[in-house]
Amino acid sequence: MTRRLGGPGVAAAVLLAAIVAITLLAPLLAPYNPDLPDLFNALGGATAAHPLGGDALGRDVLSRLMYGARTTLLAPVLVICVASAAGTTLAIVAAWAGGKVDAVVSRLLDVLFSVPGIVFALVTVAVLGPGVPGVVIGLAVAYTPYVARVVRSAALRERGLPYVAAAWVQGRSATAICLRHLLPNLRPIIVAQSVSALGFAVIDVAAVSFLGLGVQPPTADWGLMVKSGLDSAMRGQPLEALSAGLLIALVVAAVNLLGDRLGRQS
Amino acid sequence: MSLLTLEGFGLAVPYGRGRRTLVEQVDLTIGRGEAVGLVGESGSGKSMTARAVIGLTPPGARVTGRIVFDGAEVPSGRALRRLRAERIAMIFQDPRAHINPVRSVGDFLTEAMIHNLGTPVRQASARAVRLLKEVGIGDGERRLRQYPHELSGGLLQRVMIASVLAVEPDLVLADEPTTALDVTSQSEVMAILDELRRERGMAMLLITHDLELAAATCDRLAVMYAGRIVEDIDGEPRHPYTRGLMRSRPSLEEAVHRLPVIPGRPVAAFEAGEGCAFGPRCDLAEPRCRETRPPFVRGVACLRAEETA
Repeated sequence: MTRRLGGPGVAAAVLLAAIVAITLLAPLLAPYNPDLPDLFNALGGATAAHPLGGDALGRDVLSRLMYGARTTLLAPVLVICVASAAGTTLAIVAAWAGGKVDAVVSRLLDVLFSVPGIVFALVTVAVLGPGVPGVVIGLAVAYTPYVARVVRSAALRERGLPYVAAAWVQGRSATAICLRHLLPNLRPIIVAQSVSALGFAVIDVAAVSFLGLGVQPPTADWGLMVKSGLDSAMRGQPLEALSAGLLIALVVAAVNLLGDRLGRQS
Repeated sequence: MSLLTLEGFGLAVPYGRGRRTLVEQVDLTIGRGEAVGLVGESGSGKSMTARAVIGLTPPGARVTGRIVFDGAEVPSGRALRRLRAERIAMIFQDPRAHINPVRSVGDFLTEAMIHNLGTPVRQASARAVRLLKEVGIGDGERRLRQYPHELSGGLLQRVMIASVLAVEPDLVLADEPTTALDVTSQSEVMAILDELRRERGMAMLLITHDLELAAATCDRLAVMYAGRIVEDIDGEPRHPYTRGLMRSRPSLEEAVHRLPVIPGRPVAAFEAGEGCAFGPRCDLAEPRCRETRPPFVRGVACLRAEETA
């Protein structure tokens, strides 16, 4: 695995693992309650007590970053899990059935692919109201074609291979062949494509939060912190927006690198 | 009673707007426990014929004639699946391509037993080990945990044979089972296949281009050329094509400077003209050979078979 990823890949994986670990351990590691205002620290600069200063309400920025990773990272992961499951199912059905089914599914995916993810999120948020569920559903629909299109072409190729004919001749059903033979062979491609898409999903989720349609205050969230940090920056305390923005960029870069390395192998 | 009968079997695949005939007018019978060899060059339609028996035809192919298995025409859909699962099995030319690379040998061997025959997992594994022993693979437990890339081609083909034995079918379709193997393992694999087949009374249709191999293992031989059966070999070959094939193989007994060859190249069924498909390459061809297809009479499709016999 280490050799497959190469140096930068391993670095990216370690970075992501560290961020996830810190997030999970936030209750133990965070120096302050992330939601507790402290007027003495409002718009405070970096001090020994508050390494990244405080936000407009004086909440500790470092603690909020630690807790904020939860929604910032969990929502994209949910998006990609749903999109991968739906995309893989559609892809295999289309590739297996071929003909009209394939044509209909493929065109449908093309249509979905042509609409930016944020637009879908806006639509579902408009229906379900602002909040994480609406964003996740909208983005999951938007990301389905990212996975489906690539997996479909791989499944099409895999389907023509002799071992599928051999399983067929053994009297296995189409469902069994798809689940037990095609899926394991497609797994590397599905994983690589999903991880690449995860990078984009992090940006989209953060963007929707930034617009105020995703995570609602006072919950900590990186996208939201960039937004509220902008106001603080105007008032002379840029640390909140900078640190949150930097973390988003770092996570996206690491995820993309990982996806790229995984994709090269398959 | 015969187990498998092909009557006037033909197969055409879509090509451009029309169709191209790959196999036509094939009559073939295999009795219970009997081994029949189907011999021919690449493109003669022998593989197509075997694959059609279990419904493995190319997309859009049109099958004509009848394929009767054990008294009933080969069905489609669910019934065909049952037939494949329990009564007819196939051994493929290239075992490496026909065994799923990401699943272990054990998965491959037990899959049919567990899902088609309802054998409990533990019993299926034990049976797989016994079957591996029968095909000459001793350390079965270890092999079951290995993946196809860890085994040689010869071993994999034995695994494939074991998987066929696992369901004890009535008929084995062996599509060039030894072609992808190196010469030393060829004869071993073929001997194992033939022995185990006989023990269990399974019938076999052996597809090969190796006349000698077919003659050594099969009860009867049929020779295909350009999508038709040109001869059912019974004793001495009579069709000029078969005779040409016999002459063109090296012999251990006598040394020849240069092996005789059949001039020209083999044609596919759709390329053959009005007359005898082999006519253009035949040194015995007469004008009448170009006019009509020679009928299949007394085991041979040649107008001049009587004179040359």
